[in-house]
Amino acid sequence: MTALVDQRVVTPRLLACVQRTGAFDLASHVAVHGWPKALDLPPSRRSRLAPWAEELLTDIEDAGLTGRGGAAFPTARKLRAVLSTRRRPVVVVNAMEGEPASMKDQVLLSFAPHLVIDGAELLAAAIGAKEVLICLPDDRIEVGSVLRATLAERDRAGLLRSPVHVATPPGRYLVGEESALVDWIRGGPGLPVFRPSKGAPLTLGPCVALVHNAETLAHVALIARHGPEWFRSAGVPGAPGTCLVTLSGAVARPGVYEIEMGTPVADIIDLGDPTATPAAALVGGYGGGWIPSSAFKAPYTPSAMRELGAATGPGILVALGSASCLIAETARILGWLAAERAGQCGPCTYGLPAIAEDLAQLARGTGDRGLLRRLERRTGQIAGRGACRHPDGAVRLVQSVLRNFPSEVSEHAQGRPCASALGETPLPLGVPHWP
Amino acid sequence: MNALRRLGTPAQRIVIDPIACDGFGYCAELLPGLITLDEWGYPIIESSLVPARLLALARLAVKECPRRAIGLATCEQPSDGYSGQQQP
Repeated sequence: MTALVDQRVVTPRLLACVQRTGAFDLASHVAVHGWPKALDLPPSRRSRLAPWAEELLTDIEDAGLTGRGGAAFPTARKLRAVLSTRRRPVVVVNAMEGEPASMKDQVLLSFAPHLVIDGAELLAAAIGAKEVLICLPDDRIEVGSVLRATLAERDRAGLLRSPVHVATPPGRYLVGEESALVDWIRGGPGLPVFRPSKGAPLTLGPCVALVHNAETLAHVALIARHGPEWFRSAGVPGAPGTCLVTLSGAVARPGVYEIEMGTPVADIIDLGDPTATPAAALVGGYGGGWIPSSAFKAPYTPSAMRELGAATGPGILVALGSASCLIAETARILGWLAAERAGQCGPCTYGLPAIAEDLAQLARGTGDRGLLRRLERRTGQIAGRGACRHPDGAVRLVQSVLRNFPSEVSEHAQGRPCASALGETPLPLGVPHWP
Repeated sequence: MNALRRLGTPAQRIVIDPIACDGFGYCAELLPGLITLDEWGYPIIESSLVPARLLALARLAVKECPRRAIGLATCEQPSDGYSGQQQP
């Protein structure tokens, strides 16, 4: 595995066990992290909060933990919204990680599986969940076997508190969307579901689904042990804690790195030994945005990235080398996103392929005179009009190019594409597999 | 809004289920000030709040939609929603 953690940036938290001991079995896990006391206390009785549940919820709230799956929604608020339904929860661990440029959840589950299970078990015991369902894509066979071996190890040690199951939905991008995942668990095709209020909790038969990203639950496991002040001792006030980032593109050492929230983007890219000074970086992945190198001093936080027209998303950073054209890369990504759409909602079904085609013309410099105006109009009309946020992310990516790289855009629009746009030099995405 | 409150009618806003919608466009015909259509014929809500004078037409739009994709919701919706999306 390429470098997991770089000590220049942060003392590892999530990946501390494998980093210090080179192992991630139960004994090493307990030796490094300790065992959460709450898991030895009586769990909640059916659909009632455990006596210690409020303390855990308050700790998560005070820690300021936000979801690490992409939306950065406050974890405690999601928990309370689910509890307010008064239905019995099922804890769903979302490790679907459908973006090609993201590998952090599979690294986490491969090298710190006990921490993720601790977090899911803690929440399940606190709120009286019926079961824990860990969802990972059907094509991640190695991760699945690590996970099953880990569950068997806990079972042998008598440390499984709730029924924990592993489910393997199809590894399509959109199945990782919360409502699509719950649709699949319900026996449906795994497509996003329309909710008049986007945050409305999703039911699962008589139960309600509490869906959290795998990394979010690993943070919960550590907050339960060390408390909110400890959690906030890393990161910055508006964005506390550490997070995992998958760094790829024009770097010599692509990998999954644990960083402190608020680390300047330039410092994160430096961890991967960039092959040359990158001209731009894709922050937040396919639903994020491109930022120019002049903005690399900005802190990596959801709010700072939002101001730049990007997002932190599920922790993705791709450095753009000089051999690649940002417009051609974006056209390629939009083509992929258009192909991955569910095809349920008109604005996305027709809008994304049209925008992808516009961008392909822009990249080649073969667009008509109305191209830029059309692209502005189309990208401005789509956000918020789908059942899920898939089209919103896609147009954000395009808008970041139009906004942050006006001179490149106008050169291409005037029929003068850069040399890299015409050559086929796709950006290397993702991380080489571990040893 | 104040006038509506005095009458005891909670303000209504338009909600469109984008999965159900097939772009028949009746809603935009009936409520041109509130709904326009994009180049593929799907509705864009320009203003979701329904003024009292358009309430009857809005109810007609709800009734006439062949896909039953449009509805009216009272405005006191809890806004404590998360975006509910793992990756964007």
